Formats: sequence, structure tokens, C-alpha cells
Amino acid sequence: MNPALSVVFLTTLIGAGQGLFVAMYVAQAGGAMGALPVQDGVRFYALGSALSLLLLGGGLLASFFHLGHPERAWRAVAMWRTSWLSREVIALPAFMAAVFVYGALHYLGWNDNLFGAASPGGGWTYVAGGVGVLLCITLFVCTGMIYACIKFIEEWHTPFTLINFTLLGVASGFVLATGFSAFAAPALVKFFGAWAITLTLVALIFRAASLLRNKRIRHMSNLQTAIGVKHTKIQQKAQGAMGGSFNTREFFHGKSALFLRSVKWIFLVLTFVAPVPLLWLALSSGAAALFVLAHLVQFIGLIAERWFFFAQAKHPQNLYYQTIS
Amino acid sequence: MTQLALVIDLNVCVGCHACVTSCKQWNTSGAAGPMSDDNPYGPEPTGTFFNRVQTFEVGEFPNTDTIHFPKSCLHCEDPPCVPVCPTGASYKRKEDGIVLVDYDKCIGCKYCSWACPYGAREIDEHQKVMKKCTLCVDRIYSPALPEAERIPACVMACPTNARLFGDIHDSESEVSVAIRERGGYALQPEWGTHPANHYLPRHKTKMHIHEDELVRVDNPLKKEGFPPHDPREPALDDIN
Repeated sequence: MNPALSVVFLTTLIGAGQGLFVAMYVAQAGGAMGALPVQDGVRFYALGSALSLLLLGGGLLASFFHLGHPERAWRAVAMWRTSWLSREVIALPAFMAAVFVYGALHYLGWNDNLFGAASPGGGWTYVAGGVGVLLCITLFVCTGMIYACIKFIEEWHTPFTLINFTLLGVASGFVLATGFSAFAAPALVKFFGAWAITLTLVALIFRAASLLRNKRIRHMSNLQTAIGVKHTKIQQKAQGAMGGSFNTREFFHGKSALFLRSVKWIFLVLTFVAPVPLLWLALSSGAAALFVLAHLVQFIGLIAERWFFFAQAKHPQNLYYQTIS
Repeated sequence: MTQLALVIDLNVCVGCHACVTSCKQWNTSGAAGPMSDDNPYGPEPTGTFFNRVQTFEVGEFPNTDTIHFPKSCLHCEDPPCVPVCPTGASYKRKEDGIVLVDYDKCIGCKYCSWACPYGAREIDEHQKVMKKCTLCVDRIYSPALPEAERIPACVMACPTNARLFGDIHDSESEVSVAIRERGGYALQPEWGTHPANHYLPRHKTKMHIHEDELVRVDNPLKKEGFPPHDPREPALDDIN
């Protein structure tokens, strides 16, 4: 496939936004249980929600650049019964609304306990946050399933797609949360930092597993099944267009194998290897700038990762477009 | 149930591209707007087509065979492109099984083209909507056309009659008989899309000459039991 930058940015930005929200909610739940220090509503949660919304909004904005007719985008909510894309189109604004409500409740300090003072974590913000987490999971599933549900793009048709979208999103969110908390909630830096490192390493395990899986794929379709001729030697001589077509532009990245391999190693280093020592160094030295650097390095790595995710997928339609003449 | 479809006979397709040009001519002139072309006379011509003829060489010299392979939407009975459409712009008609795109609803997200293993869908780079073969839905029912012309433009144009059109759910239709009796097959059957369009295989016409067709078995001069004629001996005709 030819990676579309709009979709690359959509998936990476909303992943980080979702991860940041999950990190905030985990910290709040930890605070309610007395395991973590309780944070200020405005300075940490409201600001954090705003940051999360910024990322989600950026992703949403990027997605519009993918459309030929962005003014008709509202129509995309229609087919939620069958289309994962339609479900994502519903889940993303719904999640954004939940994050907004969560942030607004914290900002306004509306946190009356719904179940009486005896039950910690019964406040309005917990309920809104809980709904937000559910919507966040829904959104991860929808985003992943858009790709995982296409069975003949075999690089995508695997649970790894879902797992990796989720893990990478949450990991990048926790790295961001570490940097954010260095400014907004210094007491949480160690907690977020430890989880950011852990999640990044777990994500590495699953991403590496998916790379190994994809390396071993034996594609179901080949030129024999594509044109229905049983012969081991078939060569395309003409594809019915001299200057290329939508089919050659959309489904081929046009880069060399070396370029693809380079991107793979670049994203492995930037997303998984580089952020860990950076975070470690930041945690031990307490330099806030290093957290931000770790997040930026990882985010650039994630963009490369998503680019590679698309570029690596071999669409069976490519079998029909092997020679231009 | 009706499932209209094309059956394409690879054995007689000569790769003349008449189906491509007639398709483009008819569909670019319709109410749905032009199928845009860019740089048509330049070095890199490109544009939207519903139908393309590709060419494959099968085998190695000298034992090669050229296959001209017309390729368009196969109007799958279980089309993977339809359920993924977020707006419902892509749909499969219940009454005749044609898969269509409502250009007014299409948002141009290209997801359906990703979900088609055959690469049958192409986005119109100017109208920014997804386009594909309509099986000439605006011809086949058109009361404005004489009855004989109510068939897809490609079928009408094909000079070798390589394209058959009909209902594959009607067992006695021309297309069903052709699929049944002439080895009609579907493309990429491994994905369970059940394409409605079928292809009839290429088969080389060969002449089989057996020994006994060159030499008559009942040749009186070579009757079994007779010794073969020795040319040095006088023949029967030489004796008077």
C-alpha cells in the first residue's frame, strides 16, 4: 500500500491522545485507592484533558485530508452496523466528548460522590472517566479493526494489528504523560515513567512478533489464482494503462526494498530503543526537557512505524499491476 | 433472484481494447459526469476506467501463450467492498445483483478500494468519488434504446463475441450454460467473494494426427499377412 500521511497522523495522534487519557485515569484511580498522591483537578486533569483533546482533534483534522469530499464526512456515521470505519467515525467524537466532559468536571471541581462518601471513586469525574475509558477501548478496537478486518491484506489480518495499535497508543500516551506530569504533577513522574518504559518494552515484544509473523507470510493469492491460469511462468506484458492509474498510485509505495528495511530499523530504534534510556536518564536526573525529548523521539518513531505498517501490506490487486506498458 | 454478470471468453479475446473504449465512451457521456482523463496526449496519460484489458504471457519461449485479460468489477455475490463503506454509498442491488456506487453519497475515503482484492475500483481524481463498472445499468433497462442494444457497451462492442452478458442465476441462460459447459471459473476464489463475472479458459486448438490417419490401415497393398512390397520386384500393375 502507499501510506497516506493523513491516516498515519490520524492513527498516531489519536493513539497518543487516548494513551494520555488512560494514563490520567489510571493515576486518578490510583489516587482514589490511596496508592498515588491525589492531583489538582485544574492543573493536572483539566490541562491533561485539554492536551489529550488537542491530539485527538489533530488526528480528526488529519483524517479529513484523507477524504475526497470532507464536506460529506457526516454521512460516514450511517453504516455502523457493517463498517468499522463508520464505527470509528462515531467512536472518535464520542470519546472526545467524554474527554471534554471529564476535563470540564475537573476544571469546575464538580466531583460530588454519587454513592456516598464511604465509596471512594464514586465521584462524577470517575464516572465520566470510566465512560471515557470504555469509549477509548472502543476506539482502539475500531481503529485496529479497520485494517484487521480486510482478510486479503494478510499483513493486517491478524490480532497483532489490534494489539499493536492499542499498545503503541497507550505506550506513547504514558511517555507523554510522564513529560506532562514533570510540569503539572511532579509526584507522578516516577509512576508514569516506570509504566512508560514497561509499556514501551511490551509494545516492542508484540511489534517484533508481528514483524516476524509478516516476514513468514505465504500469500494466498498469486498470479495463477488472479487470472486463473495454472502455469508457473506467467509474466505481465501490459496492464491496460501506459501512465499508471489509481491502482498503481494507491497500492504501491514506490520505494526500494532498502528504503523499507531502513524505515523498519529506524522505527524500531526511535519507538522502542531510544525512548527507554532517555526516560531512564530523565527519571534519574529529573530534567523535564528529556521527557519531552523522549516523547518527540518516540512520536517520530511511531510515524515511521505507521508508515511501515501501510507500506509493508501487499494488496492482492498488485498482482494485476506488475508491468506498465 | 437475479444476478447479472459478464462471462469473458479468454479463448477468443484478441486484446483489441474495443470494450475499453466503448465503455469509456458510454460512461463518460452519461448523467453521472465524465470519467476524467489527465494528460491524455502527454507522456504519462492517466484517467478513470471501468474496464481495462491486460496482457499476460504464459510459459517460456518458444512455448508461450498470450492471454488478453479484460478486467472490470466482478459484481461479487458477496462483495467485500460493500459492507466496509461507511456511508452506504456502495451497495449491491437486490433486484439484479449489480454493485453500484452512489456518487452523491461517496466521501472519497477509498476504503472500498482497499477492500476489493481485484483492484476493480478507481477513484476519479477530479470528482473525488470512487467509480467502478456499473454493468451499464443505464443501458440495460433503458427504454430509449432498441431492445437489442440493451446490453452493456463492452458486450456490444466486442468484435469476437468474447463477452457474454446475462443472469447467472438462471440456469438456462447463455452465461450459465457457458460457465457450466465451457469451464467457466472465478478469479481469486480463495477469498470467498463469489464473483458473478466468470472467465472461460483459454485452450489452444491442436491438431492431433495419428499414424493410422497418414497410412490407411486397410490399404490393400499393406494388408496384414501379405509381405511388404519390394520395389525391386515388379508390381501388380507392371504385369500384363
